[in-house]
Amino acid sequence: MKKTMSKTTKSNFITYGMVLAVYLIVQVMIMTGNLSSLLQGLLVPLCIYVILAVSLNLTVGILGELSLGHAGFMCVGAFSGAFFSKCTNGVLPDGLRFLLALLIGALVAAVFGILIGIPVLRLYGDYLAIVTLAFGEIIKNVINVLFVGRDSNGFHFSTKDTMSLNLAEGGEAIVKGPQGISGTPKDATFTIGVILILLTLVIVLNMINSRTGRAIMAIRDNRIAAESVGIDITKYKLLAFSVSAALAGMAGVLYAHNLSTLTALPKNFGYNMSITILVFVVLGGIGSIRGSIIAAVILTLLPELLRGLNDYRMLIYAIVLIVMMILNWNPKAKAILIKYSPKALFGKKNAAKEDK
Amino acid sequence: MKKSTKFLSLLLAGVLTVGSLAGCGGDKAASDSASSTEASADGEVFKIGGIGPTTGAAAIYGQAVKNAMELAVNEINEAGGINGAQVEMKFEDDEHDAEKSVNAYNTLKDWGMQALLGTVTSTPCIAVAAEATNDNMFLLTPSGSAVDCVAAENAFRVCFSDPGQGAASAQYIGENKLASKVAVIYDSSDVYSSGIYEKFAAEAANQEFEIVSAEAFTADNNKDFSTQLQKAKDAGAELVFLPIYYTEAALILGQADKMGYDPTFFGCDGMDGILTVENFDTALAEGVMLLTPFAADADDEATQKFVSTYKEKYGDIPNQFAADAYDGMYAIKAAFEKAEVTPDMSASDICEAVKPAMTEINVKGLTGGEDGITWTADGEPNKSPKAVVIKDGAYTAM
Repeated sequence: MKKTMSKTTKSNFITYGMVLAVYLIVQVMIMTGNLSSLLQGLLVPLCIYVILAVSLNLTVGILGELSLGHAGFMCVGAFSGAFFSKCTNGVLPDGLRFLLALLIGALVAAVFGILIGIPVLRLYGDYLAIVTLAFGEIIKNVINVLFVGRDSNGFHFSTKDTMSLNLAEGGEAIVKGPQGISGTPKDATFTIGVILILLTLVIVLNMINSRTGRAIMAIRDNRIAAESVGIDITKYKLLAFSVSAALAGMAGVLYAHNLSTLTALPKNFGYNMSITILVFVVLGGIGSIRGSIIAAVILTLLPELLRGLNDYRMLIYAIVLIVMMILNWNPKAKAILIKYSPKALFGKKNAAKEDK
Repeated sequence: MKKSTKFLSLLLAGVLTVGSLAGCGGDKAASDSASSTEASADGEVFKIGGIGPTTGAAAIYGQAVKNAMELAVNEINEAGGINGAQVEMKFEDDEHDAEKSVNAYNTLKDWGMQALLGTVTSTPCIAVAAEATNDNMFLLTPSGSAVDCVAAENAFRVCFSDPGQGAASAQYIGENKLASKVAVIYDSSDVYSSGIYEKFAAEAANQEFEIVSAEAFTADNNKDFSTQLQKAKDAGAELVFLPIYYTEAALILGQADKMGYDPTFFGCDGMDGILTVENFDTALAEGVMLLTPFAADADDEATQKFVSTYKEKYGDIPNQFAADAYDGMYAIKAAFEKAEVTPDMSASDICEAVKPAMTEINVKGLTGGEDGITWTADGEPNKSPKAVVIKDGAYTAM
């Protein structure tokens, strides 16, 4: 028991160390001027996708429920965080404002996670996938008809257009329906992104290795057995799901503060985005946190690094996805990989054999 | 099982290293090119970047801009370039996504871009404009029509702004007394459409007509317009204003015809292209009016030459996006010549020199009409909108 514990602790520290090492290497490369503008611009998005992948892995890998609306939680977090920042820009000091925006984004996303979870997580089956899928689409459409403005009399809401907000002189429309929120201050930096990744990892990894995590995994592995030993199924499911949603909301706030425009388009908060995050999780290995990080990084970088191939790049991206999927999951491909793995070649044949 | 996971993570880490190495390779080349630009750009070329969607749902716009830009660059180079220096262009795809657009912008920066003609669509343009302002990079968007696109000092545009079009349409309808009761059908999920509608409604208050019904639809719900049309009909609207793209407009015209409703239809530049919709009976579009900066069958020499060359080279009839991009490239040329910039200047120096020059030039181009296009310091173009009416299946100037 003691030995396995120390093994997981070691594994967790490898994950933290990996993130920190990459962070240090990147910092050195920036300081020595060896990092292209493209990669510098990609650093914050990479952090965002890593957080999203890790948080979704909590739902998909640890809780064992399929969620197809992760982008919806990200969207809720992004808009609430950006809204807060727009309202308090110049009133609060920048650092504090961004910190509060992150908290608010995470909180609002968590509230939506709980609202969805309360009825759905009581059910047994694929209902969560169906409901979260609908949630993601609904939230996108709701935001597209939402107009919020502010003037000396306070906040005004409308679902029609900016004019029906009836803003007084000097009032400002903050959320402009399909035009979304523009002019959010650019607060997101790579350092903040990495801090948030580490925070996400601490939360998720500690949760997995705690009593709560074992209860959650027990539910995943055998619901009836878990119930019979007195685990409150709905409570633990809800806990994991809302933490996952809150982390996605936090990633959304980071997203909103990285670009000066925020719109709820199908492209960035739609169904496809949820699937993309799910692809990170599946290709990284369901339940493997480290795998999620690596897959998110590779799959985000790949289409950008392939820009030299012009319009063929999306084709190649698709092929890489398929190849990765086959190598990852096909037993035969796996066997070949193991046969020619460095370990097998360097004499540790027994280890490879054991593995089969 | 455990071991194989370990091995796989090793493999992935390996791929990651290779990936980041590839990134290093790429940026080495980039820094090389950057240094060569500083060293008076060895071949004495101006590097002009372009960004737009060449894949995905909005690809038709990006492709048109890319083609027209290429056409203009070739023409300029054949005629001796800008200030005696040749022009090199590079166009990056942004998939109509703000995040991808910023990536494309950074890629172009690595390439050594000195001025940007882009981006094509509004939302990505706002994001890129913010980045360009930080770098003090000159930005001229051919078709980013949202107000915020040119909010910064270094950003200019070729097309009309959305509110500009809305106000111009309302004024045109009011001044020419086209109708006293007007209905509007617009796409509330689209920035372009809702932007025009809002300003149209605001301006309508000052005009002698009344908006009797304003009905919205969304991108998820853009096939059946019978409700919206019925409301317009019941309200007795004589004119229906359609600040939308031509694909939906074609459906609306067909459905209005089926229910026996025959008002005057009035559109904006997004309506351009309606005659080329497949399986669309052009007889339905008879009498439709639209406000557009460019009509592909206008009879002036510049337009005809542009259309025939474009068609020959790319096999398509150019739309207004192409025309805006073509004019944009020539505006950059004019501004560069006015400011007397040279290829060895940095992007920031060029921007400083070109900013005041932009307000002094006059580009006739394809969309400028008789008086040409001039720019104000806030980045907005001054040009007269052309109203055209569809007669016998072709655009006719009014």
